[in-house]
Amino acid sequence: MQTSTNGTIISLCKDYGNSPMRLMDVVQAVQAKFGHVSGEAMEIIARQLGTHRVEVQGVVSFYAFLSEQPQGKIVIRLSNCAMGNIGGAQQIGEALEQELGISFGQTTPDSMISLEHTSCIGMCDQCPAALVNDVVVTGLTPDSAREMARKLKQTGDPRSLITQPGEGNNASELVNQMVRNNLRKAGEVIFSDYQPGAALAKALELSPEELIGQIKDSKLRGRGGAGFPTGMKWEFARRAKGERRFVICNADEGEPGTFKDRVILTQMPELMIEGMTLAGYAIGSSEGIIYLRGEYAYLRRFLEATLDQRRAAGLLGKDIGGKAGFYFDIRIQMGAGAYICGEETALIASAEGGRGEPKNRPPFPAQKGYLDAPTIVNNVETFCCAARVAENGPAWFAAIGDPESPGTKLLSVSGDIERPGVYEMEMGVTVTELLAEVGAQDAVAVQVGGPSGQCIGQDKFDNRISYSDLATGGSMMVFGPQRDVLEIASHFMEFFIEESCGFCTPCRVGNVLLKQRLDLIREGQGEPSDIDYLTELGKAVKVTSRCGLGQTSPNPILTTIENFRALYDSKLHEVTDGMQSTFDINKALGDAVRVQGRQPVHFDD
Amino acid sequence: MSDTFTFTIDGVEVTATKGQTIIEAADQSGVYIPRLCYCEGLKPYGGCRICTVLINGRPQAACTQPAAPGIEVTNESAELNKHRRALIDMHFVEGNHFCMFCEKSGDCELQALAYRFGITAPQYPYMFPKRDIDATHPDIFIDRNRCVMCGRCVQASRDVDGKNVFQFVGRGSDKRVAVNSEANLADTDMAASDKAAEVCPVGALLRKRVGFAKPIGKRDYDNTPIGSDIESGKSAAQ
Repeated sequence: MQTSTNGTIISLCKDYGNSPMRLMDVVQAVQAKFGHVSGEAMEIIARQLGTHRVEVQGVVSFYAFLSEQPQGKIVIRLSNCAMGNIGGAQQIGEALEQELGISFGQTTPDSMISLEHTSCIGMCDQCPAALVNDVVVTGLTPDSAREMARKLKQTGDPRSLITQPGEGNNASELVNQMVRNNLRKAGEVIFSDYQPGAALAKALELSPEELIGQIKDSKLRGRGGAGFPTGMKWEFARRAKGERRFVICNADEGEPGTFKDRVILTQMPELMIEGMTLAGYAIGSSEGIIYLRGEYAYLRRFLEATLDQRRAAGLLGKDIGGKAGFYFDIRIQMGAGAYICGEETALIASAEGGRGEPKNRPPFPAQKGYLDAPTIVNNVETFCCAARVAENGPAWFAAIGDPESPGTKLLSVSGDIERPGVYEMEMGVTVTELLAEVGAQDAVAVQVGGPSGQCIGQDKFDNRISYSDLATGGSMMVFGPQRDVLEIASHFMEFFIEESCGFCTPCRVGNVLLKQRLDLIREGQGEPSDIDYLTELGKAVKVTSRCGLGQTSPNPILTTIENFRALYDSKLHEVTDGMQSTFDINKALGDAVRVQGRQPVHFDD
Repeated sequence: MSDTFTFTIDGVEVTATKGQTIIEAADQSGVYIPRLCYCEGLKPYGGCRICTVLINGRPQAACTQPAAPGIEVTNESAELNKHRRALIDMHFVEGNHFCMFCEKSGDCELQALAYRFGITAPQYPYMFPKRDIDATHPDIFIDRNRCVMCGRCVQASRDVDGKNVFQFVGRGSDKRVAVNSEANLADTDMAASDKAAEVCPVGALLRKRVGFAKPIGKRDYDNTPIGSDIESGKSAAQ
């Protein structure tokens, strides 16, 4: 038994060339095989890969989907994102706990089922949802959750949960999930008709420099959220010195409330791959990587098949599109549950087999990225846009939408609306127009760009969605009058605390402090000076944090203070007794009172 | 000398050599930029963020940012010092620091920074985390209560000692320093003479039996504030 375990791990390491750069794949394979990565396994892996046990532990302990402790054969991961919560994830969690007889974080005594919480899994349009191993279960209710638990106990097979197939490619044999696309509005850039190879054929008529020129002329900006001009990024990478170059597709959308990449990956993967391929041509790269978030593992086989299909069609591999000497191929790198890996340098660190911690910049990835080689990292949607620019020309693209931010934008809209789903809208659309489209006339707050974006109220609904006004990577969460905006802000802070990599102090510590004080205010223990406390602390975290996560994580608090100040004021009160309002003497003495069975004599309440 | 160039810090011109970071150039010119995780001789880490300065108006960590010709760096400003104070406070409340009982007192860089910034008590509530100590090693003691996650031990062990005794595990507020064994430092190849044993800026990683060899009153920051050595370079130069 012991020897065979050793042998299995050694052979898994061999599958990845015993390369420490493939540590992510190795530990995921070990996790899949044994349900955890034990201390012993870490020793073996370290020895095989020529690294150190503690380095392996550093990686295993970083990712939510990896575990040092044994987990059950089946792991139920209930999404506790904002949308899940307003859909009743709490009650669903309780139902699961009852039915399975365990709490979250525990495994049933027969080692069959573990119960975990997880951050947003990209199903906000059909929340509450859970991942059961890699089976996605959506639209959960307490009853259906109980039913699910019973079935799992009976069959021991997550696949048994799949009853009716989803729409589109979700129903294909390679995906076979109940997920719905909910593509509500197709626009002319992403979801219009697509002919495999059409964009490449046009691109290959141009020199790489001319192709980059076209991308620049189109004024395409990155669709991941930061909005960096795509052509400029490609140009930097082309001009950088290096033997190897890499094209990385960031398919790690993790911003709560976003699920647009999921629909592209399901319905338009070839368009995305075509964009990567012409990016490879543009920067002189022969190697592409799709970094796929662990939550979308169910799409992996389908994407692999799509890559094979394109290899067979001469659109990947050698002499692509008949162009002699143009070689480009793509592999898939799986993530393992870490929001921070959507940050491009953290993504690179993770793909290199390490902890998903952002790197210091400079150097920028275009100079020194994956394996220190010039690298471009673009979003799924950006590659699709680039392919369309090559296909239809920069003037065509630049004429769509907003002159300063041309093109369309995929918006993932969820929350208190009639038709949650993906909408391809022209850039420059106002929030009011969007709300009319999705059926949300009574919205009181919209979270634009996810938790790292901003929470706006009705007075800003006439603002436009574009890089110059309301920037968004695509997440739009809509809240009706029945929602507690401060509770949602608190929830988002919890998300950032969970997902901070902890590398830098302001993000690691500051977010915890921010949430603590916000919660005190919510409990009615705040005083007016707490607004200054939150504002100053929030600013310190934003200014001093090392990467985009910390530079935006105070936004749920700062933007609700800005746009929903009255909600805060209604909870604050001046302290008149000279005591610190955040100090609750009843709470502080609670244990003593319980033990002694009497109230302290000097203290009336 | 084409490899040297100038830029300004708070309006004063300083000279730098190509390849230097802002903090290296500043140190050489006698300008002290407050810092905690930075340690001369180790690769800049950029985790504590106390050395945050404005470069042409944009915040950057001075320890990782390369100096460049003509840039305007802001180091001393009320706003920046307020943020630095916030960061110093965060380091205190995140762990369990017992300055008055700590044998590193007087030599501790975090404590010295607090004194330099006039901090008598942190403005944030303490978090009182539960953290492990590891006294298994015959010559070295780890008290994670005092760890500030600066990564110096991780780097020194890996890059200088070539041993990888330490690494961060966990993430976010669960992050901590682990050792290269099942549990204990005693089971690693750590030696008291390792660089890693001397770089800790606080009292988290200590050599045993030398705690008070240097008496209180004669310690690094007992008589002059942290950064004075750098600033005295400036007065000497002028």
